[in-house]
Amino acid sequence: MNLIELLTEPLGYTFMVRALAVTVIAAILCAVLSCWLVLIGWSLMGDAVSHAVLPGVVLAYIVGAPFALGALVFGFLAVALIGAVRDTSRLKEDAAIGIVFTTLFSFGLVLISVTPSHLDLNHIIFGNLLGVSAADLWQVIILGAVTFLILILKRKDFTLYAFDSTHAHALGMNPRIIGAVLLGLLAMTSVVALQAVGVILVVAMLIIPGASAYLLTNSFGKMLVIAPALAALAGIIGVYVSYYLDASTGGMVVLSQGAIFVLIYLFSPRQGLVAHRFAVRRRRKNLQHAG
Amino acid sequence: MTLAIDVANATVHYGSLLALDKASIQLERGSVCGLVGMNGSGKSTLFKTIMGLVKPDTGSVLVNGTNPLQARKSGAIGYVPQNEAVDWDFPISVREVVMTGRYGHMGFTRRPRKADHEAVEQALARVELTEQTSRQIGQLSGGQKKRAFVARCIAQEANIMLLDEPFAGVDKRSEATITKLLREVADQGGSILISTHDLHALPNLADQAILLMRKVLMQGDPQLVLQPENLAMAFGLDPMNRGEDA
Repeated sequence: MNLIELLTEPLGYTFMVRALAVTVIAAILCAVLSCWLVLIGWSLMGDAVSHAVLPGVVLAYIVGAPFALGALVFGFLAVALIGAVRDTSRLKEDAAIGIVFTTLFSFGLVLISVTPSHLDLNHIIFGNLLGVSAADLWQVIILGAVTFLILILKRKDFTLYAFDSTHAHALGMNPRIIGAVLLGLLAMTSVVALQAVGVILVVAMLIIPGASAYLLTNSFGKMLVIAPALAALAGIIGVYVSYYLDASTGGMVVLSQGAIFVLIYLFSPRQGLVAHRFAVRRRRKNLQHAG
Repeated sequence: MTLAIDVANATVHYGSLLALDKASIQLERGSVCGLVGMNGSGKSTLFKTIMGLVKPDTGSVLVNGTNPLQARKSGAIGYVPQNEAVDWDFPISVREVVMTGRYGHMGFTRRPRKADHEAVEQALARVELTEQTSRQIGQLSGGQKKRAFVARCIAQEANIMLLDEPFAGVDKRSEATITKLLREVADQGGSILISTHDLHALPNLADQAILLMRKVLMQGDPQLVLQPENLAMAFGLDPMNRGEDA
């Protein structure tokens, strides 16, 4: 089998084409958002919101409302509860996050278990890339496009919010609203990515690409290009490898992102571990020569 | 003529902690005023009150004769943060930081126009950072960092500038550049409020000084306010005689 056949063979199956489409869309969207999450220090918040949307999605399913709506409501509910627990008790934010999202997530699990439905728990938790229906695909495309558009159009405001929210305030903007919009977009993105890799692995797609890009560049504009490019590449590699190895697709996608991160972490020209070691050794040698 | 800043009898509590006690300050247009006081004396709280980040329990705040929100929306208030408030690893260049000063002049997507680019280049030239415009913000020296944020205020065309410890960790050359620049801004009608530990630099820079200890102990000519017996009121001793002040 030559390389072309290797790449085209899976595309003969509709489910593989859909899987690839959903993976690439979810990967790009999560990666763009991850650039801000990593810089604001909201990685754990990404974890929390992506889990906390579960009961919202299930309830939306039960009453026949759009999944995105349920996700939005519970995404905001989670953020509000985390803030409330943090501000009105002596607990710190990490404990508040841990309590709120696990409780909401468990509520979702219980709801699924008592709801007679076609909702398969495994699919929600680990994703169901190979079982994406045409309707699922359309939902991912529309939700993804809307979220992506808002992120890109208002990217300068989000970046200013991440860098210096006091200055945003001084210019008469409302940083609270900017933050709330970003969290809303996080909830929407969770719904999209849930389809691809499931609740548990969404957080990987919301952190790894932005973190990888941050180790490669000093320009936020470039991060916004590098992160989605890496994530899409990892997504495609993951889907293909899982096809040939008959392995978990969502798992393979995130594993690929993790592998790319490791390479960058080690070999990034400026921030990489290897470059640092070399710089240290060179400095030592220079000192010895000088001495 | 309306005052640039008019804080009257502002009292601020954080929980049960009294941070500002019936503080009143007036800042005239075209003047530089130094804000002097110990850590915890309410300098930051006063800044936050002027910017509308903190609402006083009692008293009133007028900026350019209007409420702080209106003043902010008109782009009148420029702000230079203290070192600790900035993420120096943030992937943003000097030029991009200064460009954020122009956001109030831009539309929905903050796309810069020719006038914005020109304002940014001019501001960078005035703070003598033309060589460093593409550097990541953390790669500047202490003084250059401060100048970059001053440039942001200038690009913003803010007629009121609030500077939080602008001389902390700053070399002599940058201090001189910033001092000269702030005097120019004031001479062109800008109003500047500076919180500082650098008492030696104050008489050259400021027209007025305020001694703060939760309440305003004194407002007046810097030479007078910085008299040892007055500083003793605010600090418990005379920090100018100690060489380095803590």
